[in-house]
Amino acid sequence: MSAAGTHFEHPDVVVCPGGPMLLRGKHTIEDADGVPHETTRPVTAVCRCDRSASFPWCDGTHRVLPAKLRPT
Amino acid sequence: MHLPHPRGPLTEELLGALRSGIDDFYAVLAAAPTATGEDAALALWVLHELHYRGFGEVPEQLEWDPQLIRVRRVLEHDLENRLRDRFTAPEGLSFVEDVFDWIDGHEGPSLARHVHRDADREQVLELFRLRSLYHLKEADPTAWVVPRLGVRAKAALMELQYDEYGAGDPNRLHHHLFAEGMRASGLEPAYDAYLHLVPLEVLEQNNALSMFGLHRRLRGAALGHLAAFEATSSLPSRRMAQGLERLGFPAEMVDYYAEHVEADAVHEQLAVRTICAALLEEEPELEEDLWFGAFTCLDLEDRFARTMLARWGVEEEVA
Repeated sequence: MSAAGTHFEHPDVVVCPGGPMLLRGKHTIEDADGVPHETTRPVTAVCRCDRSASFPWCDGTHRVLPAKLRPT
Repeated sequence: MHLPHPRGPLTEELLGALRSGIDDFYAVLAAAPTATGEDAALALWVLHELHYRGFGEVPEQLEWDPQLIRVRRVLEHDLENRLRDRFTAPEGLSFVEDVFDWIDGHEGPSLARHVHRDADREQVLELFRLRSLYHLKEADPTAWVVPRLGVRAKAALMELQYDEYGAGDPNRLHHHLFAEGMRASGLEPAYDAYLHLVPLEVLEQNNALSMFGLHRRLRGAALGHLAAFEATSSLPSRRMAQGLERLGFPAEMVDYYAEHVEADAVHEQLAVRTICAALLEEEPELEEDLWFGAFTCLDLEDRFARTMLARWGVEEEVA
């Protein structure tokens, strides 16, 4: 048995290629108009394509955008 | 929960035997291999149900009756073969990298699109009755997969399931939200209330999910199904919510779909990038079954959507 334990990466922020940013835990996001939005679920998807109808949260809209309009 | 009405020779035998309180199911076993269609599907649904909440009139110990398990296996074997016959694994694609594009390239009829713009109130109520069979046990079949996984995939699946079950708050548990929506819409939120109405396609959607969940061997298919299910939910849920508002449905039902817009935008990412990715790191040989599960999810939904649109006399609307 190895002396060192196993440690798994478990980041608080995960950037999804072409999609949202996942946030683990409780956070408050201030939008461009200065309005605060509190996360309510264990993991939240934050919009990165700027076209979500639920902004600042992701609603899957990036999936219908042409590839060049999707976040990198 | 009460046993349903039979739909053919196998369910005549099975339901009769379950009601009689005997524990000899040889006649049921004899009828199983030749059962087809709704008769076979309803029998399998009833046998799976013994592993969920069960039926008031069926003794609890029959859940693990060897003869009934044997009948279940005959029916599951047939279902799995039929599902696999329809499936061809995509070549040269990586599940984690490519499944979103693969799903977006899939052309199928969309019930959400119909509800969004054109459906009338009675059609939507009919859809709720039929969907209630699954929505009232939403996430339950996938819960069986948890103990079959390695550390990373297990933690990842629980992160998603925790949200499905309301993060500990029973008021936010997803199948409870649907029950509240049904009640507010004048429907009965019990998962046997509309069982007599559901067509073959709905029984098979539910049977496939239960079979994937109950068999450790099919854990890859269960998680592939989960990924495809979550990845085809967010935008259609938005269309559903807007269609329900158009038709004046109560806020509780609109909320159920509105919740799924944001929840499933998270869940689709978790399902693919954390759950399935971790599964493949631990068990790379399961990639083909991930595709099989994902394909089966889309395929069964297409078949259900076609049935309903044909029933309503609506020309197919491709998503």
